[in-house]
Amino acid sequence: MSATASSSTHSRPVARPEAKPGRTVRFRVKRCDGPGKPVRWETFAVKPEPGANIISCLQQIAASPVTVDGQKTTPVAWDSGCLEEVCGACTMVINGKTRQSCSCLIDEYAPNEGDEITLEPMSKFPVVRDLWVDRARLFDALKRVKAWVPIDGTYSLGAGPRESAEKSESRYVMSTCMSCGCCLEACPQYQLEENPDKWPASFIGAHAMNQARLFNEHATGAVLKGARLDTLMGEGGVNDCGNAQNCVQVCPKHIPLTESIATIGRSVTIHAIAKWFRG
Amino acid sequence: MAQHRVIVVGGGLAGLAASARIAEAGLPVDLFSVVPVKRSHSVCAQGGINACNEVARQQGYSEYEHFDETIYGGDFLADQHPVLEMANWAPRIIDLLDRMGVPFNRTSEGYRDLRLFGGSLFKRTHFSGATTGQQLIYALDEQVRRYESEGQVTKHEFWEFLWPVIEDTAQGQRCVGIVAQDMRTMQVRAFRADAVVMATGGCGLVFGKSTNSIICTGAAAARCFRAGVWYANPEMIQVHPTAIPGADKLRLMSESARGEGGRVWVPRKKGDNRPPRDIPEGERYYFLEERFPAYGNIVPRDIATREIFGICVNDGLGVNGENQVYLDLTHKDPEYLTKKLGGILEIYEKFVGVDPRFEPMKIFPAVHYSMGGLWTSFTKGSYNPETPRTKHKSGTRPPILAEVGQGMQLGALNNAQTNITGLYAFGEVSFAYHGANRLGANALLSCIFDGLFCGVSVANYVRDGAPAKAPAGDLASAGYDRVVAQEQQKVKRWVDSASAGAAEPRTNPYVIGKELGDEMTAACTVVRHQTRLAQCAGKLAELRERHDSATLADGASWSNQALGYARALSDMLVLAEAIAKGATERKESRGAHYRTDFPERDDANFMKTTLAKHQGGTTSLEFIPIDASLILPTARTYGKKDDKATPKPAMAASAS
Repeated sequence: MSATASSSTHSRPVARPEAKPGRTVRFRVKRCDGPGKPVRWETFAVKPEPGANIISCLQQIAASPVTVDGQKTTPVAWDSGCLEEVCGACTMVINGKTRQSCSCLIDEYAPNEGDEITLEPMSKFPVVRDLWVDRARLFDALKRVKAWVPIDGTYSLGAGPRESAEKSESRYVMSTCMSCGCCLEACPQYQLEENPDKWPASFIGAHAMNQARLFNEHATGAVLKGARLDTLMGEGGVNDCGNAQNCVQVCPKHIPLTESIATIGRSVTIHAIAKWFRG
Repeated sequence: MAQHRVIVVGGGLAGLAASARIAEAGLPVDLFSVVPVKRSHSVCAQGGINACNEVARQQGYSEYEHFDETIYGGDFLADQHPVLEMANWAPRIIDLLDRMGVPFNRTSEGYRDLRLFGGSLFKRTHFSGATTGQQLIYALDEQVRRYESEGQVTKHEFWEFLWPVIEDTAQGQRCVGIVAQDMRTMQVRAFRADAVVMATGGCGLVFGKSTNSIICTGAAAARCFRAGVWYANPEMIQVHPTAIPGADKLRLMSESARGEGGRVWVPRKKGDNRPPRDIPEGERYYFLEERFPAYGNIVPRDIATREIFGICVNDGLGVNGENQVYLDLTHKDPEYLTKKLGGILEIYEKFVGVDPRFEPMKIFPAVHYSMGGLWTSFTKGSYNPETPRTKHKSGTRPPILAEVGQGMQLGALNNAQTNITGLYAFGEVSFAYHGANRLGANALLSCIFDGLFCGVSVANYVRDGAPAKAPAGDLASAGYDRVVAQEQQKVKRWVDSASAGAAEPRTNPYVIGKELGDEMTAACTVVRHQTRLAQCAGKLAELRERHDSATLADGASWSNQALGYARALSDMLVLAEAIAKGATERKESRGAHYRTDFPERDDANFMKTTLAKHQGGTTSLEFIPIDASLILPTARTYGKKDDKATPKPAMAASAS
């Protein structure tokens, strides 16, 4: 028996429901023309192609924006980019759960004739239009925790610090955060805040604490550890975490967010005591 | 005198590297991007980044051989000096990324791990799992965020580049800023700059479905082209051999799957529909390994693509009679695969519902990358032998030592500059480096190299070139106002056409866009032929005419995405015409450009850059000489065995 054939016997096909070909799926979409505009719901009927996802259905709706009641309307606005769950743009709330819409396959979510899928924008960020939200606060948080390695410039200065495979693998997982915002949408402590002046005192969220840990654990990045912990020990920092652990459940990249929060929590405690002793 | 400023358009790897380097040189940067820069298409790059390294060096590899491989891989179309310089810089770029904290895969001793990649017999590809592009862009995004927090870089995210502002001076044309639109508020306005760097990536959307992100329309490049910037080698479009077919896009399955041992095969017997595991080894046709004994599954992309296409379309040997072949990793240890390729295996599992650690993947070629792009110039460095050398033999001493300044002159004002003074092109949007076919894991390198190396040229130009005496901030506003008015007119044309509900297919931009993609995929990808290309020219004319009277379903003056798409489509149509024209006029086969009616390479007539110019609404072409002063062209065979069982692909022109 060949090596190929023997390993194939371990086959683990992923269970997928049998989707009915040629079926019609209904999309119930929460719409809003812009900030301060009223919210309305519209339902569209789509015949999904084989292998369709939310994006390809929204594309069909954009080409022919007519509701199930025959009402002519405007195309639904939404954010998207890579369509392979690596850019984070197309995050929305699908049937009440936050996730990327590109990897949301219609065959799984709506296998039968007349099945309905509900699409809503994330609720923790201001709506730009329809399903498109403004996640500027999320990127602002990365500035607050100084999520970078402070290199001496781009000049040729040799290799970076040597690192064990284990360490590099653990940093890699933390570094796959695509700033999608799922962890924030699912967090009971993280609330919508439209006023940038109030961001520093509002809960920063799991993603930023994970980034702080990522750079604290890099040999050169660690030189800013104190500054990062100063940010995270104050108002809106790690102590605002209510330990609901929703973040880690919804992270599409399976980043150990609760572990990162716990690590930051311990570091903050030590940092605070050390500061107290130093006066 | 007004303060000097630089505009960078595009926040992928090239734009971020440029922003960081120019900010470091002390110039304030305005960075424009249609998406938050961290979500740029560079995140999709998977396999790795090439550079000579100590292990390979001690096995006989060198920067010079990396250069030689890139020229040979590109089928002798690239200007050679810039490629030499890029290869020289590659090891330093890896070191820099390492210092920025990129979690490169490591060996048990803690050194950076390496893998094999297409077109090389040496392990010279550095990688971070199978999401290397994501990890590299994050590292540069972080560095730019640092400059942003210091006030040296100002980001303009969700702003779309609409047109360059070009001033006519006694010394010729000079770029002094851009006009852009905030795609949330729909505000159109001009931004002044002493230099503008275009780093706007590729144009996959011209082909409808591709491996590219939804933002890769090529519209920004097309707008520069329409404004008078030359576009080079438009016909050189890379079709990646291995992608996962999908309803909305064709998802890339990285070349690293083959670099890590993945084997491409089909059942030897036509109509053998048994599940792959039931087909014994002897009844499998590992056609790449049999035809290319030395390189096997890691032949360059254009070659692998043509072989897979030939197996499916001409020989009818595709799996289950369909256009697909197996890419098989099941002979490798699942844990090893997870460490080395986890990211891409997850993509396959997520979108197909099958675990490739245990079932062979089914893949087919898809449009992936544009070797062509805005034409750019350069100043040669100090390495100028009297006569070009023959192809470098592995293991022999390289003819030169790898030192800076031998390929391109660092800081020369014209490096990566277009024909318009002050307008630069970095990364995929530039035509440089990759010739007629790009080698895998050279794209990330060329993006970062442009940003770091040619970024110095931008800074020098601002300080020593035309802006030294006449900063853009001091110019009269008339030139800017004129372009703003032109762009506002375009917005008005679309808004005025709007009425809610679906437009009829003839004038529906989304339908026109889909027809454009289908036509370009059928006529201008793996195989091309005069008759089909002539038909394509007719179809493009029809689509342009229909687009002129197209209407929108949305007249909103806030966050109007339909308008953004319809407007980009006019630019994509111009680019499509240049691609089809280039494919028609280049009557030979070279790299990714394969003509069934001209199957041989013709160096005498076509070892030349295709130069497209757009004036008064029409595109004209000419062929200009290339810099081939370092390496003599040789036959590009990759040691292919021509036996009777594997006839040369004589492909049907009608295949689509």
